[in-house]
Amino acid sequence: MKVLTEERGGKTILTLKEERLDAHNSGELKDRILKLFEDGCRDAVVDLRTVQFIDSSGLGALLSGHKNAVQRSARFALAGLQPRVRSMFELTRLQRVFEIYSGVQEALSE
Amino acid sequence: MCGSPETILNLDIQIPNQTRYLGLIGNIAETIAREIDARDMDRETLAYNLNLVVTEAVTNAIQHGSPSEDRDSVRILLSYEDNDLCVRVFDHGRGFDLASVCVPNVEELCERGRGLFFIRALMDTVEYRKTECGNVLEMKKRLL
Repeated sequence: MKVLTEERGGKTILTLKEERLDAHNSGELKDRILKLFEDGCRDAVVDLRTVQFIDSSGLGALLSGHKNAVQRSARFALAGLQPRVRSMFELTRLQRVFEIYSGVQEALSE
Repeated sequence: MCGSPETILNLDIQIPNQTRYLGLIGNIAETIAREIDARDMDRETLAYNLNLVVTEAVTNAIQHGSPSEDRDSVRILLSYEDNDLCVRVFDHGRGFDLASVCVPNVEELCERGRGLFFIRALMDTVEYRKTECGNVLEMKKRLL
C-alpha cells in the first residue's frame, strides 16, 4: 500500500496514495495506523482524497484506527473524502463516529 | 447498451481466489454498469454500487469459501436482461446462514460485518443457497 507519513506541528498526516481501499490493502492500512499510535502518536489525520472506492474492510480499518485512538485518548481524524466514499460512511452511519473534515488544512486547524 | 427489453448480457468470469484481483473484477463491474441505461439511477452511482456489491461478494468467497487448494478460483456470473441485473458469486466453502447475518450496530463499532449489509442495502433481493456448482450468493436488482 502506498502511504506517505508526514509530521506537521505535532500532528501526523497519513496520506493514502491508493484509488481503492478494499480487502487487498485494508489490513496493511490497519497495521500502519496501529503502529502509529503504538509509537506514541497523539494526533493523526488520514488524508483520503485519492481514494475513489472504499468497501466494508476499508471502513473496518479506519474504525480500528478510531478505536485505537480512543483507547489511548488520542485524536484520529479523516480528511478529503470523495463524495461516493463519504456516501459509504453515511450508509453505515459511521459519519457520526468519525471526525471528518473537507481537507487536511481544516483537520489540522482544529 | 440501450436498456431495451431485448438487451441481454451474460458474463462468466473466473478469477484466482486472491484479493489482488478485487480491483480487476470491480473495474469490470463498473464498466458493465456504465453501459446500462437505468432511468432511476445515474450511471456513476450504479457503477460504484455494482463495484461494491461484486467486491464484497468476491471478498466473502475468497475469505470464507475456498477451504481446499484445488478450488483456488472464484466464479462470478453477471447478467442483465429485461432490466434485471443479476450477480452470482460461487464458493466451495461450508456455506453460511444468510438469515443469521445481522445488521451491524453502529454503536458497537464492529470492524467486520458490513459487507452483506452493503449488498442488502444496494440490491433488491439477496439469496444464498447450495447448487451443483457449489454455494452461490445471488444478488438481483431491477433497473427501471
